[in-house]
Amino acid sequence: MTTRDMVFVALFAALTAACAVFPPFQAPLVPAPIIVQNIGVMLAGSILGARRGALSLLLFVALVAAGLPLLTGWKGGFGAILGPTGGFILSWIPAAFVVGWLVERYWRRLNFWNLLLFNVIGGVIVVYVIGIPWLAQVAGMELGKAVAGSAIFIPGDVVKAVVAAAVAMIVKRSYPLIRA
Amino acid sequence: MLSLYVPGDSFVHRAPAAAKLAILVICGAALFVVSGIPVHAAELALLAGLFHAARLPWRDTFRQLRTALIFLVPIFLFHVFVTDWTLGLETVLRILVLLLLAVLVTLTTRTTDMIDVLEAAVRPLRHVGVNPSKTGMMLSMVIRFIPMMMREAQEVLEAQRARGLDRNAIALLMPLLIKTLKMADDLSEAIEARGYDPEPVVPVWRRKG
Repeated sequence: MTTRDMVFVALFAALTAACAVFPPFQAPLVPAPIIVQNIGVMLAGSILGARRGALSLLLFVALVAAGLPLLTGWKGGFGAILGPTGGFILSWIPAAFVVGWLVERYWRRLNFWNLLLFNVIGGVIVVYVIGIPWLAQVAGMELGKAVAGSAIFIPGDVVKAVVAAAVAMIVKRSYPLIRA
Repeated sequence: MLSLYVPGDSFVHRAPAAAKLAILVICGAALFVVSGIPVHAAELALLAGLFHAARLPWRDTFRQLRTALIFLVPIFLFHVFVTDWTLGLETVLRILVLLLLAVLVTLTTRTTDMIDVLEAAVRPLRHVGVNPSKTGMMLSMVIRFIPMMMREAQEVLEAQRARGLDRNAIALLMPLLIKTLKMADDLSEAIEARGYDPEPVVPVWRRKG
């Protein structure tokens, strides 16, 4: 790994943290407020690729665990990882990897629509597949109730996938960082 | 400084960071094995004693717990209506014990000490190709870059607010990303110009075989 790779990994971890500055959005037809932060997961995966993207989120999660208040609302610490929503945060690491892996695999044929699909697979499906059972386990809820409780966030996450796909396509055209 | 650490000199503050993290991880697992309302009540009393000994302000503790507390109410109500209230109380107490313990460790341990523990924890992974010094370097870089990126994000937010674009996610993210990508080249050159070598030369006496 070159110095430049290390800087990119560190910068995207910091970027994910900096997204906590943006206030949550309210979109039409979306019930829950959209928190901008986990868009960093999709961006790190689709701009840096699997390895660097996942490493970037691993650093971010490690620093949250170490006690830096980096999550939206200035929260952090081990409690945020072990709590009911901790699974969603831990899932960001494999999520960035999956997005990155798919993007690398289809790099030459990448367009807005398949990038959107990859963001949904990695940044939404992987996140919920890990986050929901975790929530059910920690909170002692039935899986079905946990799914129902989390479902209101899914439309917002799809909106984020659209934004991330649009942004990452512009970056791919002007400043590609994955050569595959 | 960007940290949740509350300075103090109690024995909780002075305990080694590695020990505190190890206790946290072990208790996190044990809480799911040994569970019961009286057990958790005793644990809460013990934690109250530790918080008192560490002289942590209530405000800092509460701020870290706020979101989780919002979660605990529906979890409890869910159990009251679906299973029974004793199970609900047990679940809520278990989460509360775990969170309080985590908050205690977070508020009484310096971030730098935590990062040292992380670096030490990564060291055995060098056999599978993880470079501990690079990991430490990247952790330090992230800590250095976060305030910088937050300032950039704040600037972008204010600039787009002036244009009435502060509710447009693409108008916020695109400039921030372009700044990030431009910064990366300058930063890596600056780091190497100061003599940082990502593949350090291994001295002859340390070479294997």
